[in-house]
Amino acid sequence: MNRIWSWLALSLGLVYFFLPLIATVEFSLKMRRGEYSFDAYRKVLEDPRFQETFSYSVVMALFTIAFGVLLVVPTAYWVRLKLPRLRPAVEFVTLLPLVIPAIVVVFGYIRLYNTSSWLPLTGSATGTNLLLMFGYAMLSLPYMYRAVDTGLRTIDVATLTEAAQSLGAGWITILARVILPNVLIAVLSGAFLTFAIVIGEFTMAALLNRPAFGPYLQLMGANRAYEPAALAVIAFAVTWACMGLIQLITRFSKHTKAAR
Amino acid sequence: MAFLKIAHLEKFFGPMQVVKDFNLEVEQGEFVSLLGPSGCGKTTVLRMVAGFEAPTSGVISIEDQDVVRLKPNQRNIGMVFQAYALFPNLTVAQNVAFGLRVKGVPRSEIKSRVTEMLDLIGLPDLANRYPFQLSGGQQQRVALARALAVRPQVLLLDEPLSALDAKIRVSLRNEIRLIQKKLGITTIFVTHDQEEALSMSDRVVVMHKGIADQVGTPFEIYNKPTTKFVATFVGTLNIIEAEVTDPAAGQVRIGATTATLGRPLPKGKITLAARPEMVSLGTVPGRATLLKGRVIDVDFLGSVIRLRADIGGSVLAFDTFNNPNIVPPAVGDEVEMALNAADLLLIDG
Ligand SMILES: Nc1ncnc2c1ncn2[C@@H]1O[C@H](COP(=O)(O)OP(=O)(O)OP(=O)(O)O)[C@@H](O)[C@H]1O
Ligand SMILES: [Mg+2]
Repeated sequence: MNRIWSWLALSLGLVYFFLPLIATVEFSLKMRRGEYSFDAYRKVLEDPRFQETFSYSVVMALFTIAFGVLLVVPTAYWVRLKLPRLRPAVEFVTLLPLVIPAIVVVFGYIRLYNTSSWLPLTGSATGTNLLLMFGYAMLSLPYMYRAVDTGLRTIDVATLTEAAQSLGAGWITILARVILPNVLIAVLSGAFLTFAIVIGEFTMAALLNRPAFGPYLQLMGANRAYEPAALAVIAFAVTWACMGLIQLITRFSKHTKAAR
Repeated sequence: MAFLKIAHLEKFFGPMQVVKDFNLEVEQGEFVSLLGPSGCGKTTVLRMVAGFEAPTSGVISIEDQDVVRLKPNQRNIGMVFQAYALFPNLTVAQNVAFGLRVKGVPRSEIKSRVTEMLDLIGLPDLANRYPFQLSGGQQQRVALARALAVRPQVLLLDEPLSALDAKIRVSLRNEIRLIQKKLGITTIFVTHDQEEALSMSDRVVVMHKGIADQVGTPFEIYNKPTTKFVATFVGTLNIIEAEVTDPAAGQVRIGATTATLGRPLPKGKITLAARPEMVSLGTVPGRATLLKGRVIDVDFLGSVIRLRADIGGSVLAFDTFNNPNIVPPAVGDEVEMALNAADLLLIDG
């Protein structure tokens, strides 16, 4: 009896989740009257604005990941090594982006860095891109920090550091040759999450007026019928690919750990 | 001047003094052990030599160079940890090469040095394994090779054998000693295992509550302990209550027996101590003092039999060799034990 209920709950959940998705996919294939075709996808992929915004977001994602790694790995390492008592506080700070809406942050940015401020970042495209990257990095901070911190927990940070020091290594060498390689899998899963976040992000890019994929998605949605559906499916595919890669990598890491 | 010199070393953690006026001089090529109970400050002394802890005061110099101000990576010191601490992402060869690469040693030289080191530790075939593919003993040998590859001035080992099981512990300690002698490297070895310290070392430092109680050869430490702590901590000790009958001649009464220690003693009641091997069952030439007692415990250990006898107020534990032709004493038997009174240690105070 219990069984039936749980199956029922599961199928309800699945229907709730997959029905809109299937409907979207189906709709995106119906551009040509009377038959299924990939016309909508072809149109989208051929649209130069799609190419522009998508590659802009990919590049931004890569920069965000690089910046996030450079920021988070040394920080998490240092906190674990030298300030273990501050760990809960730091963790709390990294979780703040989850409770502060992006729109609040972005208004804060605009106020702080507008053209009449002491650091007029919004005055140039490069400056605004930089600002947007900081924003993205902040959005992905909770995921990145958690991932890296969990990765650090699996190694004996203090002893490995001392071993490297006694062999003559300085901080940069220790970070680059001992710490980073040992948390690489954690860093990668954080990186894919960051990628997925940046590709779909709308609020910050729109308010900072940058040509990102999120605002393009919104623009298409407001003006076209079939293309937005195709775009949504593409965005979904990208996100899912990221999730799949995380799964793959964690499985791989579990494999090596089991052998340890 | 000694190769490694530690003078008046002190360390406070907050209000707690962990190391007190620690002095030690180690000659080049010498193997010195720090032996002491848990929490006595052995690791702290070692970490100050390595540079991981800053001394509150005191001097540490290597080859006449004061190293206290140098960072760990500026000191030329090799360190082996209890937990091996191999880099999990690097192969055995890469682990051994790590220090050489950091120092910018040319590739060809790194290669030959790694080969040399792996031969030295007897693992030439494991160069391409990862640490997780090695046994504990193998990992610790690789850690030793890694520490030695950079040709450090001093090698420090912090309980390197504690995580290993008994058999490997003994074979590896012999191997470490052999390698140490072969390279002639000045070594400080931390342990709380007295057998390890006594069997491996040129000299042993017995530490107690942050102080170096006694520094001496294993023979001196074991046979001529200078403090009560050393006497009781190293080896087994029988405590014998005695009464001095003639302080000048060193004459005492133990139970019903009168013995002459042959050195001046304080007046009144004193506490003496005897190692098990100072006591033998029955009469033995050279052991003139005879004590009578009743056997209260017989422990058959195979090649030896450990007996405990009550001599009236004190209990003596001692060993006798198992002789298949002689029936050992049983509990309750009256036995006679012989010892040389001059050997007895005075551990009052
Ligand atoms: N970083 C630290 N902060 C505060 N106290 C410390 C610190 N490191 C060590 N201590 C204290 O100093 C004392 C000596 O520690 P140490 O590790 O040197 O002992 P040990 O002789 O190596 O003991 P063990 O045999 O258990 O390893 C202990 O009481 C320990 O609690
Ligand atoms: Mg210790």
